[in-house]
Amino acid sequence: MKLSSETIQKIMRSVRSTQDQELDCGHCYDELDRFIEMKLSGINVAEAMPLVQEHLDRCPACREEYEVLLEALKALT
Amino acid sequence: MGTRSNPEWLEDLRGEHPDQAIADLRKVLKRGLIYALSSRIKTDLEHQVEDFVQDAILRILDKLDTFRGESKFITWAQKVAVRVAFTEMRRKHWKDISIEDLLPEDSGDFTPLVLSDPSPDPEKRATQESLLKMIDQILSEDLTERQRTALLAIMHGGMPLEEVARRMDTNRNALYKLLHDARKQMRNRMLEKGLSAEEVLAVFENK
Repeated sequence: MKLSSETIQKIMRSVRSTQDQELDCGHCYDELDRFIEMKLSGINVAEAMPLVQEHLDRCPACREEYEVLLEALKALT
Repeated sequence: MGTRSNPEWLEDLRGEHPDQAIADLRKVLKRGLIYALSSRIKTDLEHQVEDFVQDAILRILDKLDTFRGESKFITWAQKVAVRVAFTEMRRKHWKDISIEDLLPEDSGDFTPLVLSDPSPDPEKRATQESLLKMIDQILSEDLTERQRTALLAIMHGGMPLEEVARRMDTNRNALYKLLHDARKQMRNRMLEKGLSAEEVLAVFENK
């Protein structure tokens, strides 16, 4: 089986960021609107909601949705 | 962002004549999505966004009781619209691609793991090969086939979690849990072998 060093790095980064307790995608989604409003208010969200921040750092699909939601809300202000 | 308060949105959308509230919501969601998706959708943006918004409004009306009031209603509704848009965009983008198409060649067999782009430095290459052997052993012996398949489809194939989940007859949360268990298993086995992810990264970064 052939893998690139990029894939090995991705796997290792995901292993490195692994915590015993992690928020899954569903719980992250449930908290996302509150998280994003805190972020837009200038609150340090990594401190206020660390599990959500960690999930977004590790899950590309959730992070992509978060970034687009942030953009969409900026367009409405 | 609209002048209604959260209770007013809920009352208007649940009322006997919700048409004006729905029209207002549609307008807001469309504005947000067009702005946010303009760099990702290159053709027919407005038409595609209208379809997303239509589906999102149905979902929002169906899920009104799940709105917990912990944010502005519009923030919550826009979150639903973004999820609807991404679900549809990802489904469309990956529709003709199977998980097997994305897995590395020979991933079903237990052929030794080989690096496709080894370091030109002989000493570093030897270290990479020895680490690969350990990673190979963990992937093939300590992960289940389902864990390995999902991990490789995402990390090697780049397929989003929900699309992998759809093909594996599961859902995004269950797949996340499966991968979380796989990552913990890998981390623990590596530690038993005296190896940290940090050390492996150092050998594979900056070839």
